[in-house]
Amino acid sequence: MTSLLRLATAGSVDDGKSTLVGRLLFDSKSILADQFDAVERVSRDRGLETTDLALVTDGLRSEREQGITIDVAYRYFATEKRTFILADCPGHVQYTRNTVTGSSTADVLVVLVDIRNGIQEQTRRHLAVASLLRVPHVFVTVNKIDLLDYDEAAYNNVAREIHAVADTLGLEDVTTIPVSALRGDNVVERSSATPWYDGPSLLELLETLPLDRAESRLPLHFPVQLVIRPQSSAAPEFHDYRAYAGRISAGSARVGDDVVVLPSGHRSTIVGIDLAGEGLTEAHIAQSVSIRLADDIDISRGDVIVAAESALALRDSATATLAWLADTPLATGSRVLVKHGTKSVLAIVTEVIGKLDLDTGDLVPANTLTLNDIGEVALRFAEPLPLEDYSSSRANGAFLLIDGQEGTTLAAGMAHAVPVTV
Amino acid sequence: MTTTIDERTELSHLRWLEAEAIHIIREVVGEFDRPGLLFSGGKDSVVMLHLATKAFWPGRVPFPVLHVDTGHNFPEVLDFRDESVARLGLDLRVSAVEDYLADGRLKERADGTRNQLQTQPLLDGIELNKFDAVFGGGRRDEDKARAKERVYSLRDAFGQWNPRNQRPELWDLYNGRHRPGEHVRVFPLSNWTELDIWRYIEAENIAIPSLYYAHEREVFERDGMLVAVGPYSQPTESETVRTERVRYRTVGDMSCTGAVASDADTIEKVVAEVAVSRITERGATRADDRFSEAAMEDRKKQGYF
Repeated sequence: MTSLLRLATAGSVDDGKSTLVGRLLFDSKSILADQFDAVERVSRDRGLETTDLALVTDGLRSEREQGITIDVAYRYFATEKRTFILADCPGHVQYTRNTVTGSSTADVLVVLVDIRNGIQEQTRRHLAVASLLRVPHVFVTVNKIDLLDYDEAAYNNVAREIHAVADTLGLEDVTTIPVSALRGDNVVERSSATPWYDGPSLLELLETLPLDRAESRLPLHFPVQLVIRPQSSAAPEFHDYRAYAGRISAGSARVGDDVVVLPSGHRSTIVGIDLAGEGLTEAHIAQSVSIRLADDIDISRGDVIVAAESALALRDSATATLAWLADTPLATGSRVLVKHGTKSVLAIVTEVIGKLDLDTGDLVPANTLTLNDIGEVALRFAEPLPLEDYSSSRANGAFLLIDGQEGTTLAAGMAHAVPVTV
Repeated sequence: MTTTIDERTELSHLRWLEAEAIHIIREVVGEFDRPGLLFSGGKDSVVMLHLATKAFWPGRVPFPVLHVDTGHNFPEVLDFRDESVARLGLDLRVSAVEDYLADGRLKERADGTRNQLQTQPLLDGIELNKFDAVFGGGRRDEDKARAKERVYSLRDAFGQWNPRNQRPELWDLYNGRHRPGEHVRVFPLSNWTELDIWRYIEAENIAIPSLYYAHEREVFERDGMLVAVGPYSQPTESETVRTERVRYRTVGDMSCTGAVASDADTIEKVVAEVAVSRITERGATRADDRFSEAAMEDRKKQGYF
């Protein structure tokens, strides 16, 4: 069986992202004959000389009509070594919103840069989003090298520029690759046109990237989704069955482990871990299981079962980074819903602390956040939440801000352990 | 099947997909008042139902299943549906296209196919049963428009999908809030591919209708597809009937679902065949999706799955 890698792609307008994604899918034989026929047909209809691989990723009628991409699209491809889920984040409209969405689940963000333009405002922003969302790895593909005759010096200049920006953003793992998406250089196969580049192709990098998920080594964090208590609807031997269903968001669970239930603080011991009739002795991060405890305690949806040694504290207020995703602006005093794990609570935005200038990385004073802004706020919760610092746990430091009346998703939130000031 | 890769804690991609789908199904039951699951007996809905039984084990699936019945069923699929309902103790609701044709609310199309006619019975079925969340077996790899679909897809009172106004979906935090009259379509198999479905059927030894495996059938060729001779699909004078060894890659309205020539009569052989196939399942077998570049997008905007 192969492992899974999730990646997101982001690029500025016209830097060839659709072509790169099309190339990755085509060269890894993930575009099937009938899909390719359709792309060839449309290319011909448009009077193009060669088949435009970018057309593979255009999904909607309005996108094809306008020649732009308006929303995150998900693509799937697999090699012998790995299976990939690709979130293709368009660079035209709402690019911050799209990049934040794609980055939230990504192991790798692939950013495109046109070698002729070098770092653009959007490139800086994409890298800033990768840093804020804590995407573990960033690959920057320096594209269109064929247009500068595969010039090593030009590539080195751009690569240097990228690493300089990455350093200021605190991005630790940034890799640059010279590619031509159009011609396929260094996308799937290493190119003979770049003898000065001895690194792997983009696909090789994706296939061999170690999946070291730091959260798997944290103490157990298990948000309870449901209580499974079938009573008379199950076979007689299960009439007294009671288990807590959820998906492990950090660490591991083992039979015999001591645990604490939050927010009640009750302690107990794991006596069983069930995966639909299969009894497990241990379960790990990302697994959906049902956990049985030694003691009959009051637990319901929204509670969290954590390892007894966990230092997790309940917090009735927090400062957090918000990526504002809604058309309506945020102002101090707004009443919202916070969804964290399996719990939703009322909250008040007690202060808008500042707004991030994505070009300089500085936090500047602001009293509102508008669409595509990223800023810092202070929140007070109606009920305490077991929020972790987002930098140590993506799953348990992340939350949504929701409009309680309209139901819309307002912002992506990332909690801080230590308050932030301007 | 082993659940470990290079590290003890790393799930195989199939087990990761399973865990994700179970998480989604449980979230819906935790947050919605009246979920329902669309069940046709097709392989994707069978896998979805299997995941639901795993999610709530040892209890029963805690919501009804809805079959939007085109009336053009393969008999073995209808039998399979009824057998599954009995075995799992399910609460089956049916919305039948036939009822709409009988009283004139819908009219038979000139080409006799009924996939397009399903939308109204589907929406009425959702309203009649007061479902606020409806599980569908749609996958993003199926179609260009579906590639842009969310796991939680908010639909207005007319069931319409508005691709320009979708909620951003972040981490694994799903926002199912909706206003009265709206509902949410939920796609737990969003991230699965056709091959994943087959591999999972193999790994979990899931029973599926027999027509997914190679068998002898009387067929004729129409629009490059092999169509079974049946009550809803008769050859014209210019179409010759022959007996071929075939199987189905998708199962829908019998009049517009094609078979593919195949010798794959076991799950292992089907997996091997799908793994090397160079044509998509919809391209191979669905006449209705070949009409236009945006066939699926247009149907979704009108309230289709």
